[in-house]
Amino acid sequence: MTHEGSDGLFVDAEVRRGTFTLSVAFAAAPGQVVGVLGPNGAGKSTLLSALAGLTPVATGRIVLDGQVIDDAGTGAFVEAARRPVGFVFQNYRLFPHLSVAENVAFSPRARGRGRRAAKSAADRWLDRLGLTGLADRKPGDLSGGQAQRVALARALAGDPALLLLDEPLSALDARTRLDVQIELRRHLSEFTGPCLLVTHDPLEALVLADRVLVLEEGRIVQEGTPAQAARRPATEYVARLVGLNLYAGRADGPAVELSGGGAFVIPDHGQQGEVLVAVRPSAVVVSSQRPQASSARNTWPAQIAGLTLLADRVRLDLEGQPSALVDVTPAAVAELSLSPGSQVWLTVKATDLEVYTRGPGQRG
Amino acid sequence: MDIVGRPSRLTARERASRSARGGGSRSAPAPLLAPALVAVAFLVLPLIALIIRAPWARLGPVLSGSDATQALQLSLLTASAATAISLVIGVPLAWILARGSFPGQRLLRALVTLPLVLPPVVGGVALLLAFGRDGLVGRYLDSWFGLTIPFTPLAVVMAETFVAMPFLIITVEGALRSADQGFEEAAATLGATRMTVFRRVTVPMIAPSLGAGAVLCWARALGEFGATITFAGSFPGRTETMPISVYYALETDPDAAIALSLVLLLVSVVVLVSLRDRWLRGGSVP
Repeated sequence: MTHEGSDGLFVDAEVRRGTFTLSVAFAAAPGQVVGVLGPNGAGKSTLLSALAGLTPVATGRIVLDGQVIDDAGTGAFVEAARRPVGFVFQNYRLFPHLSVAENVAFSPRARGRGRRAAKSAADRWLDRLGLTGLADRKPGDLSGGQAQRVALARALAGDPALLLLDEPLSALDARTRLDVQIELRRHLSEFTGPCLLVTHDPLEALVLADRVLVLEEGRIVQEGTPAQAARRPATEYVARLVGLNLYAGRADGPAVELSGGGAFVIPDHGQQGEVLVAVRPSAVVVSSQRPQASSARNTWPAQIAGLTLLADRVRLDLEGQPSALVDVTPAAVAELSLSPGSQVWLTVKATDLEVYTRGPGQRG
Repeated sequence: MDIVGRPSRLTARERASRSARGGGSRSAPAPLLAPALVAVAFLVLPLIALIIRAPWARLGPVLSGSDATQALQLSLLTASAATAISLVIGVPLAWILARGSFPGQRLLRALVTLPLVLPPVVGGVALLLAFGRDGLVGRYLDSWFGLTIPFTPLAVVMAETFVAMPFLIITVEGALRSADQGFEEAAATLGATRMTVFRRVTVPMIAPSLGAGAVLCWARALGEFGATITFAGSFPGRTETMPISVYYALETDPDAAIALSLVLLLVSVVVLVSLRDRWLRGGSVP
């Protein structure tokens, strides 16, 4: 991990916007892509806005490559225009009155390069991103995927030390999104500075980010690799994002008393006190009769509150102690004649229950 | 008594129109129709009279009479100068009114737009009191620089600017308010100073409103009468603009007055056409 004096981004600050307060502390190493996940209103855009210098921090500081760019303590503040930051906005914000080439040349030009130097810098980026053929077009004549590339080229042409992307793929339709995602991954891997990518699509974070930072209500609730987040979600929100059932509880030996009601017996999990238990919806077995009791299994009754068809399976929303989301095959729905209101029994093997404590950086 | 009302007759055209638009009859209620027609007649008849009474045969000679040409030249020149000055000082003020936040901002906006509703003659009197030989500022201009403003072409330009600049300011201010500031933020993150943002992003993006405001300002300056005659007088060739010339010609040479009026009418039509997208679209103004 980076520390304040070294290269990379170091943030320990509070940012206020009206009554909302964002309070974060994290570091991002050069070349690292940090996916910033979170529900609407969690403070993702506020974070980017503070890093870009569009909103000053209320307390704390931001250090980029060893240089303080914002420090509420000393009052030091580097204006947005003087920060080496590239920003790809959610709807790209390409200047509609300028051509693609002029958009990309905007930053070198604004940062004091001559007309010709700016143009050649723009040409290089247009070439790198495969946009040369579109140089004379206006942004209004571009497809979503093209506009996304132009926005990236425009941000990179200013030679930034930090790259910020605010939901770069959200304006695209599902089909182009996949192509652009693969392309974006390649370009991001070539960028040498730290990069923050805001998204609310967990898949996007998994594909594009080296690390994820989950924000909720202005705080970091989870930080780690995408794989860690996917296996051991720290909050209900993250669990829902990665499609897991998550229960908070108290472990006392093999017994885990769940705070929302119900209990699991999980031998050899090695935790004590406050724990989280995660389980995949497909790991839970549904049966219409009470199954044979077994020490390696947890069994409890539940009632079906709803059914949703998801591609090749049916997701059951079950109310019980505890409640759960369970995936079954459409055939199973027919065989067990499942419908809202049906009483069923749920079974899950102890080995399918992931027990862990909130790790470091998993506040909330 | 019949339960069903008696049928009237619908023409095929009316049937087609109603089925296209839906919603039953849309013809105007009779009590609205008559007053509306009176209003149309009232607005259009004078223009028709002007066109009918115009000395079409002698139009060339009348207009090329030295007074008329001089007045036309002076009007075009002073209106253009007033517009240029308004652009140079009015656009920055519009920016400050739209984007700034300082105490007294609302009062300032009210003051700036006051000339829109102020009788122009009052504007002329006020200008005299400020820039006249004994005026607040004028007396120093006179005693220190020997500069006398009233009754000069400069006074014409000042009177026109005073009356016309608010049209530009409110148009541009409105555009600045409704402009998407996201683009300006984007420009800032790309390294543009605030002046560069203004020059390369803000101004180009409000260009249509800027153009409309300038045309409106120019048209108002061209037609200015009250403030001009009060502050600048009516010296042929120096301060006698088209509207003033029309007013005097009506007594001495009515044909010339009509001809000059036709020219001003033509200019107005051109202005209206150039603004048609903004003002004649019907319904809401963008």
